Amino acid sequence: MNTLSDSSKKNGVPERFFPKVDQEWYRRRLSKMILWMFVVFCILLVQLFNLQILQGDHYSSLSENNSIRKQRIQPLRGHIYDRNGLLLVDNRPAFDLYIVPADASPINETAKNLARFISRSPDEISELISSHRGPYGYRPVLVKTDISRDLMGQLMTRRYELPGIVIQTSARRNYTHERFAPHLIGYIGEISSGELMANRYPHKRGGDMVGRVGVERTFEESLSGYPGTRVVQVTATGQVASVLGEDPAVPGHNVHLTIDFDLQLTAQRLLEGKTGAIAAIDPSNGDILAMASSPSYDQRLFSDRISTRQWQKLVSDPERPLQNRVMQSTYPPASAYKIITAMAALEETVFDDKETVFCTGRYRLGDRTFRCWRREGHGHQDIVDALSESCDVFFYDAGKQLGVDRIASYARQSGLGQRTGIDLGNEAPGLVPTASWKRNRFGEPWFAGETLPVAIGQGYNLTTPLQMGMLTAAVANGGSMYKPQIMRFVQNVGGNIEKSTSPEELGRLPASDETLEIIREGLYNVVNHRNGTAYWHVRSDEVDISGKTGTAQVISRLTEEIDLMTTDEISEETRRRLLPHAWFVGYAPSDDPEIAVSVIIEHGEGGASTAGPIAKEMMESYIRGYSLENLMEPLPGSGQ
Amino acid sequence: MFDRRLVQYFDWWLLLLTLVIAAIGLALIYSSVNAGEVSSSKIHLRQASWLGIGLLVMVSVFLFSYKKLDRWSPVIYTVCIGLLIAVLVVGKTVGGSTRWLDLGLFVLQPSEPAKIGVILILAHYFAKKVSPGGMGFRELLWPLVLSIIPFGLIWMQPDLGTGLLIMLITGSMAFFAKIERRTFLILLAAVLILLPLGWFIIEDYQRTRILMLFAPESDPRGAGYHILQSKIAVGSGMIYGKGFMEGTQNILSFLPEQHTDFIFSVLAEEWGFAGSAGLLILFFLLVSFGLNIAHGCRDDFGTILAFGITSMIFWQSVINIGMVIGLMPVVGMPLPLVSYGGSSVVTSLLGIGILLNISMRRFVKD
Repeated sequence: MNTLSDSSKKNGVPERFFPKVDQEWYRRRLSKMILWMFVVFCILLVQLFNLQILQGDHYSSLSENNSIRKQRIQPLRGHIYDRNGLLLVDNRPAFDLYIVPADASPINETAKNLARFISRSPDEISELISSHRGPYGYRPVLVKTDISRDLMGQLMTRRYELPGIVIQTSARRNYTHERFAPHLIGYIGEISSGELMANRYPHKRGGDMVGRVGVERTFEESLSGYPGTRVVQVTATGQVASVLGEDPAVPGHNVHLTIDFDLQLTAQRLLEGKTGAIAAIDPSNGDILAMASSPSYDQRLFSDRISTRQWQKLVSDPERPLQNRVMQSTYPPASAYKIITAMAALEETVFDDKETVFCTGRYRLGDRTFRCWRREGHGHQDIVDALSESCDVFFYDAGKQLGVDRIASYARQSGLGQRTGIDLGNEAPGLVPTASWKRNRFGEPWFAGETLPVAIGQGYNLTTPLQMGMLTAAVANGGSMYKPQIMRFVQNVGGNIEKSTSPEELGRLPASDETLEIIREGLYNVVNHRNGTAYWHVRSDEVDISGKTGTAQVISRLTEEIDLMTTDEISEETRRRLLPHAWFVGYAPSDDPEIAVSVIIEHGEGGASTAGPIAKEMMESYIRGYSLENLMEPLPGSGQ
Repeated sequence: MFDRRLVQYFDWWLLLLTLVIAAIGLALIYSSVNAGEVSSSKIHLRQASWLGIGLLVMVSVFLFSYKKLDRWSPVIYTVCIGLLIAVLVVGKTVGGSTRWLDLGLFVLQPSEPAKIGVILILAHYFAKKVSPGGMGFRELLWPLVLSIIPFGLIWMQPDLGTGLLIMLITGSMAFFAKIERRTFLILLAAVLILLPLGWFIIEDYQRTRILMLFAPESDPRGAGYHILQSKIAVGSGMIYGKGFMEGTQNILSFLPEQHTDFIFSVLAEEWGFAGSAGLLILFFLLVSFGLNIAHGCRDDFGTILAFGITSMIFWQSVINIGMVIGLMPVVGMPLPLVSYGGSSVVTSLLGIGILLNISMRRFVKD
């Protein structure tokens, strides 16, 4: 080894005049390094020479006869069940028809024969084969997916005139009940090339399906499972001759939902032919018992790789069937919002439970007159009366005294104007207007006259049916605001629980027990008091129901204009589109609630007359089903 | 102020060589994912955009003198270690290893930039300690600590290959900066004693991979599968290869990860000995140019830094090619500039950018 002292002495110059380490020293070190590296590269070159030239013939023949191949085994996607273990979604085998170009010769002849069985012309088939034929033609080309068992049988018996055809089995998503909760369960779709490149689904490959919407998407990781591998011996044409070894795929986990099959079916039946949404919630824990949105769509379209035309049709449908109206659509909450205004008025001691307002059917503020929905007026109203008869004037007065920001504060603390946090995508947050919001949005100050419509749930207010349902559930259970849950547990195929949900309390309503008691009394009277808005439509012989009606003006000014037009100026459809939305939120039984329901019917006109009976039937059917389970036990005091 | 010498001393040959190797990589990636496929994949375009981003990073490295890196190296090193810790905490798990950070726009593999971070801090340290007499144990303690931290963090991902690469780079840099003869002999003896012990520390599958080097034919369907298929692909290329997009091993997908770690097998199969020896020579040229820049540099930090980056490229290419041709066990190690992968490509180009920086500023005093 050379050191600096050696070299410096050679030059006869004293060591101390040199820098500690000089160029020459580095040059020697670097030459040494490059020598080492050269040696290593030479070793690689020698091995390349050895493999490619000396043993080239050997490996070349191995490559020609290389018959061992690794194949991928697709995992089965997990099943989806309802809360009682009833199967909703599983998989079914599907048969796909492939053709191996190299084996199909003469191609024109084969194409002609094949065309007799499938709905494609011989030209189309031979074009397909030649355009997808790789350099060797060993790779099977997909001709038709999901052929019927009958067709498969026919093809198999005619194999001799159809050389090269191969039938491969794959799994397809199978929906056991047509159009069952499509907005909640969602659908799957082929993985996109962008997702493949971004490695979002590391175990997926091109052509694989991934959850796109709803439960299928939320629980994609649990449902999808892991692929396995199979080592096979293939023949010269690439067909499997024997299986040498297998590392099986791990099937996906099964997801058990909180929804109740019967109740969901009831909800969907009640919405048939209407546009609207129903959410049913277990107030004791936030479980979603039913989630229906109408119009809906058929998930089967997606499991069969939806065509562009079908997709365009779904997307451009003005009724927007893909939209989950329970959580993705917002509506003015209308009179159902009076629950919030009442809560704020009581808590802020603007009113107590005895003070009354005299309703003359109109309320003056400045030079404007605001009308009560009941033109002749309600007379003396305390807060319970005002809720049960839905007196607008009472809440105008409350609203004027509270001001918009105080109402907004109660609304926000009650979960409005923000996402509920349900584990489904694209939830709408809704809107709770405040003075500063309006300044930011429109650059205008808040006018006192705008607070009045807000106090009765009109104006800028926007809520989703789910938000109103969760609010109702919280009023029903004594003030606990739960996160809405859609999954009870996730179970692996071995039966072990992988994940489960427990009630998650997000907060409490900003109201004392006394306040809530007063509101509940009002909601009870809505249905059960002779003057209540829903007395004639919702009162039930089977169970005590509490609730609140709402009738949301669509475009108030436009309706006024239309009132001035003559009937033949407006088409039936326009008239329908201007009808108000009908709301009903409620719970039952009143004293010990087991279900809370939120119903909206778009352009349903009357909250009590349209939405009310639907909510009533939901609650009755659930309570009935519930008591059926307990039928064996004697029911003390079941006269109620 | 702009100095004309910056352009005068710019190493155009190194840049050209880099671009040639990267272009070969693009062609190979295109062939590996598209040969025999029915639908064409756009993965080569993604690689091309990564190369574009890498070149931008490279150019941005020219803007300031590499001497600034000397002062900044502790900060850069700390950030790299922070990212490696973040991977263990919030990293993205793919196939049992947690190596990636999901940054929304793209997924970062922090062990890649960490290599540069370690090289910088070591160059910073060795530049102060280098002496003709060589370094003793006391001087070597710090470099050991500085490299064992990232090594441990990367090992825990687990990614033993990249972890060991960092140790190899550290060893090479220490060796270059010179280790005292007595110390070197003791260390060598220690490594020779510890190597057999390492055999018992590593996982079963890693042991199997090493055993398969010697007898891949003993288990062609299981553990020996990769190495045997890779050797068949390379060997069957013979002198001139089977032609672009014509490799049967490639088309029939005998090898997984052909566009990443096994990309060299595609080259060897389709372009034969002519092509594979050619790329080998290009890599040797790349390494020689790197060492030449180290030689041309006038200060300790720049010289050692240039050597460190060169040794990174050297070890990575040697280990990757060695693995493909059955001389090294199968470890996850991309071929610099050639294998598909954003973090790897950008890191390689960043490293070469630093080399070019050292070259163009060799006579500039600042």
